[in-house]
Amino acid sequence: MEVVDAARWQFAIVTVYHFVFVPLTIGLAPLVAIMQTAWLVTGKDTWLRLTKFFGKLLLVNFAIGVATGIVQEFQFGMSWSEYSRFVGDIFGAPLAIEGLAAFFVESTFLGLWIFGWDRLPRKIHLACLWLVAIATNASAFFILAANSWMQHPVGAIYNPETGRAELDDFGAVLLNSTLWAAYTHTIATSMLVAGTFVTGVAGWLLVREVRAGNVDLARTVYRPAALLGLVTIVLSGAGVAASGDWQAKLMFEQQPMKMAAAEGLCETQTGAGFSILTVGDLSNSCEGVIHLVEVPGLTSYLATGDFAGEVQGVPELQEYMSERYGDVDAAGEEISYSPNLALTYWSFRLMIGFAGFSAALALAALWLLRGKGSVTDKRWFARLCLIAIPMPFVAASFGWIFTETGRQPWVVVPNPTGVDLVRMLTSDGVSSSVSLAEVLISLTVFTLLYGVLAVVWVRLMVRYASHGAPEVEAPPEPEDAETDRPLSFAY
Amino acid sequence: MDVHTLAIVWFVLIAVLWTGYLVLEGFDFGVGMLLAPFSRDETERRLVINTIGPVWDGNEVWLLVAGGAMFAAFPEWYATMFSGFYLALLLILVALIVRAVAFEWRGKIDDALWRRRWDWAITFGSWTPAVLWGVAFGNLVRGVEMDADHQMTSSLLDLLNPYALVGGATTTLLFLTHGAVFLSLKTDGEFRHRARALATRLALVSAAVGVVFAVWTQVAYSDKLWTWGVVALAAAGALGALRAIRGGREGWAFAASAVTILAVVVLIYGAMFPNVMPAIGDPANSLTVANAAATPKTLTILTWVAAFLAPLVLAYQGWTYWVFRRRLTADRIPAPIGLSRRRDPAAS
Ligand code: HDD
Ligand code: HEM
Ligand code: HEM
Repeated sequence: MEVVDAARWQFAIVTVYHFVFVPLTIGLAPLVAIMQTAWLVTGKDTWLRLTKFFGKLLLVNFAIGVATGIVQEFQFGMSWSEYSRFVGDIFGAPLAIEGLAAFFVESTFLGLWIFGWDRLPRKIHLACLWLVAIATNASAFFILAANSWMQHPVGAIYNPETGRAELDDFGAVLLNSTLWAAYTHTIATSMLVAGTFVTGVAGWLLVREVRAGNVDLARTVYRPAALLGLVTIVLSGAGVAASGDWQAKLMFEQQPMKMAAAEGLCETQTGAGFSILTVGDLSNSCEGVIHLVEVPGLTSYLATGDFAGEVQGVPELQEYMSERYGDVDAAGEEISYSPNLALTYWSFRLMIGFAGFSAALALAALWLLRGKGSVTDKRWFARLCLIAIPMPFVAASFGWIFTETGRQPWVVVPNPTGVDLVRMLTSDGVSSSVSLAEVLISLTVFTLLYGVLAVVWVRLMVRYASHGAPEVEAPPEPEDAETDRPLSFAY
Repeated sequence: MDVHTLAIVWFVLIAVLWTGYLVLEGFDFGVGMLLAPFSRDETERRLVINTIGPVWDGNEVWLLVAGGAMFAAFPEWYATMFSGFYLALLLILVALIVRAVAFEWRGKIDDALWRRRWDWAITFGSWTPAVLWGVAFGNLVRGVEMDADHQMTSSLLDLLNPYALVGGATTTLLFLTHGAVFLSLKTDGEFRHRARALATRLALVSAAVGVVFAVWTQVAYSDKLWTWGVVALAAAGALGALRAIRGGREGWAFAASAVTILAVVVLIYGAMFPNVMPAIGDPANSLTVANAAATPKTLTILTWVAAFLAPLVLAYQGWTYWVFRRRLTADRIPAPIGLSRRRDPAAS
C-alpha cells in the first residue's frame, strides 16, 4: 500500500461519512422552518409540536455534521498538500467564501434559534431558522463550486513558471455548468432525503398511535407531517430525475470516460442501451462483459438526448487519452485512464435504484392517506416507513461514490475544451511530506471514532423519533418575560 | 493595489482571523477545561456549559474561516503547515469533533453515566487544542526544518522543543484565565464569587508565564523594535486582568484578558513577518508573504468578499452576545429534558 492509497481511503471514508448527515440537515432545516412558519400563521399547536419534534432531530443530526465538517476543511492541506498547492489559487476561494458567507450565519443563528425561544420576538426567532436553512443551502453551493471545478475546470490558466493552475475568471467558476447541474441535483437529493425522513417517521408514528387508539393524535399531528413530507418527496423526486438527466448530458461532454465506465461500454455504439443487469468481469477489462437486461437506446438518450446517438467505448477513449495526455505517469508506469468499471457501473445503478423506496413510500402514503382526515393502521405501511427512511441516504452516498471514483485516475479532470495543462492525476496530488504510517494512523483513528459516533447517532435518532412529538406549551413572548424564571432551553 | 500590498493585507487578515479565533474560542476552551474540576454538582456543570451554549459554534467557525482563508490566500502556507503538522492536527481534530458533539448530545439522554462520558469528551476536547495550538504557534515562530520545495522535514520530537512547550503552557494558562473570568462575568451568586477567586489565582500564574513567553519570543525571534510595544501590551493586559478581577470588575477583566491573548497572537505574527513559515537552517527555504501568496486576482476577489461580509459577521455575532447577555444562576437552569436511556413503556 502506498501513501496515495491510504489517503484515498481516508478521504473517501470521512467525506462519505460527512455527506450522510449533510443532506438531512440541508433538507430538514427548511422543512422545520416551514413547520414553524405554519405555527406562526395558523396558531395551531400541532405545528409547534412538530417544529419542536423535528427540530430536535435536526439538532442531533446537525452536531455531527458540524463535527465531521471540521475535518473536511483541513484534510486537503494535511493529506493532499500537492493538490492544494496546485489548485489553491482557485479552489481555496470558494472554501473561504463558504466559511464567511455560510458557516458563520449557520452557526450563529442556530445558536440564537436553539436558545432564543423566550429571548426573541417570535418573528425574529423564526427568521433565525430561515437564515440557518438558507445558509446550509448556500454552503452546499460553495462546496460544490469547488468540487465541480475539479470535475470540470473552467476559468483557469496554467502558469508554466510556477507549474500551478491560476485563477483567470472567477465568474466562470461560479457559472460552471457542472456546478449548476450538481447543485440542483444535490439540493433535490437533500429534499428527497428529508422528505422521506419526515414521511417515514410521521407515518410510522401515525400507525402506532392509531393502533394504540389515539386516532385523534394521529390525525391532528402526524398526518399533516406525513403529508408535508409526501409533497416534498414528489416535488424533489421530479427534481432529482430532471437534474440527473442534465448531469448525464454534461458528463457525456465533459467526462466521456466516466459515462462509458458507468455503462460498461466496451465499444463505441450508436443507440446504446441502458443495462440493468450485467455479468462478467467488469474489473477493468472489457472481456467477457455481457449485458443481460437492457433498455434499448436509453444510454444514448441520457448522454445525447437522442435514442440513436453515438456513445464512445472505453478502449477508444483510452487510446485517445493516452495520446493526448501521455501514456506514462511520473513513476514511469503506464496510465489507465478508465476508473474501476464495476464500481462505477454499480454505484450509478444503486444510486438510482435505491430511490425506488422513496417512490414506494410516497405511493403508499398517497393511497392510504387520501380523503380528508384519513389515517391508517396498516402494519405493512409502518414497516415500509422504517425501511424507506435510510434508503435515500444510501442512494446519495452511491451517487458520490460514482461521481468521485468515476473521475479516476484524475483528481482534476482535464476539461476537453479548456486548458489541457490544468489537470492533475490523483497520485500526484498526495502530500509528499506525510508518511504512510502517519496516514494509516489517522485513517484508523477516524474510522474508529466515526464508527462509534455513528452508533451513538443512530441510537439517539431512533430514541427521539420513537418517543414521538411531545406536548408543548407556547413559549412566553419576551415582553412578558419575568426576570427569574428558568431558561426555556438549556443544554 | 499591487500584489505585494495585497499579500500583506491578507497576512494581516489571517492574523486577525486567528486572533478572533483564539480570543473567542479561548474562553470556550477555558470554560471546557474548568468544567470537571470546578463544578460541584450536575446543576453547576450544566450552568458552566450553558454560559457558552449559544455561542461556542459561532466561535469555532473563526477557525474554519482562518483555515479557508489560508488555503485561498496562501496555498503554499496552508499546504506546508497542515501536512507538516499532520499528527498534531489529527489530535486537534479529534478533540474538536468529540467536543462539538458532546455539547449537543450530553443532555439528550438523562443518565449519569452518559453525561459523565460526554464530560470526558469536553475535558479532553478543550485541554488538547488549548495546549497544542500554543505548541504549534511556538514552532511557527521558531521555524521548522524545510527543504527547498517547502516540504517540512521536522519530526514530531523536534516540535516538542522547550520554547514551543512554553508556548503551549502560555495558551493553556491564558485560556484558563480567560475562561474563569468569563464564568464570573456570566454567572451570579456564590458561583460567581468562586469563579472570581479562581480567576484571580489563575491570572497571576498566567501573567508570569505569558510574560516569559512574550519576552523570549521578542528576544530570540523578533528583529523588530515595534514588537516590544506588543510585548508591553501583553504584559499590561495580563496585569490589568489581574487588577480588575481582584477589584471585582469582571467586564474589564474580560476585556484585559482578551487584550493579552490578542497581543500574544500579534506578537507571534509580527515576529514572523515577512515570513509565514521561517525555515531553520537555510533561510532561503522559508515561506514568505511573497512566495506563498495566491495571485492578485484571487486576492482581490477575496478582499471584496471580506470587506462586505466581515462587518456583517461582527455585527450579528455581537448581537448574539447582547441577546444572551444575562447572567445565569443555578436556579434558572431548567430540569433536565433528556429522554431516559431505554424506551419508556408509557410511550409505546
Ligand atoms: C437520493 C439520491 C439520488 C438519486 C435518487 C439520484 N441521484 Fe444522481 N447523484 C446523487 C444522488 C442521487 C448525488 C449524491 O447527489 C450526486 C453525487 C454528485 C452530485 O452532484 O450528486 C449524484 C450524481 C449523479 C451524476 C454524476 C454527475 C457527475 O459525475 O458529473 C449523474 C449523471 C446522476 N447523478 C444522474 C442521476 C439520474 C439520471 C438519476 C435518476 C433519475 C439520479 N441521478 C438519481
Ligand atoms: C467539494 C466537495 C468535494 C471535494 C473537493 C472532493 C475532493 C476529493 C479529493 C481531493 C479526493 C481524493 C482523490 C481521489 O482519490 O480521487 C476525493 C476522493 C473521494 N471523494 Fe470527494 N470531494 C468532494 C465531495 C465529496 C463528497 C460529498 C463525497 C461523498 C459523500 C465524496 C466522495 C469521495 C470518494 C468516495 C473518494 C474516493 C475516490 C477514490 O479514491 O477512488 N467527495 N474527493
Ligand atoms: C469535501 C469538501 C467539504 C468541506 C471542506 C466541508 C466543510 C464543512 C465544514 C467545515 C462544516 C462545519 C460547519 C460549522 O461548523 O458550522 C460543514 C458542515 C456542512 N457541510 Fe460540509 N464540507 C464538505 C463537503 C460538503 C458537501 C459536498 C456539502 C453539500 C453538498 C456540504 C454541506 C454542508 C452543510 C450543509 C453543512 C452544515 C450542516 C451540517 O453541519 O450538517 N459539505 N462542512
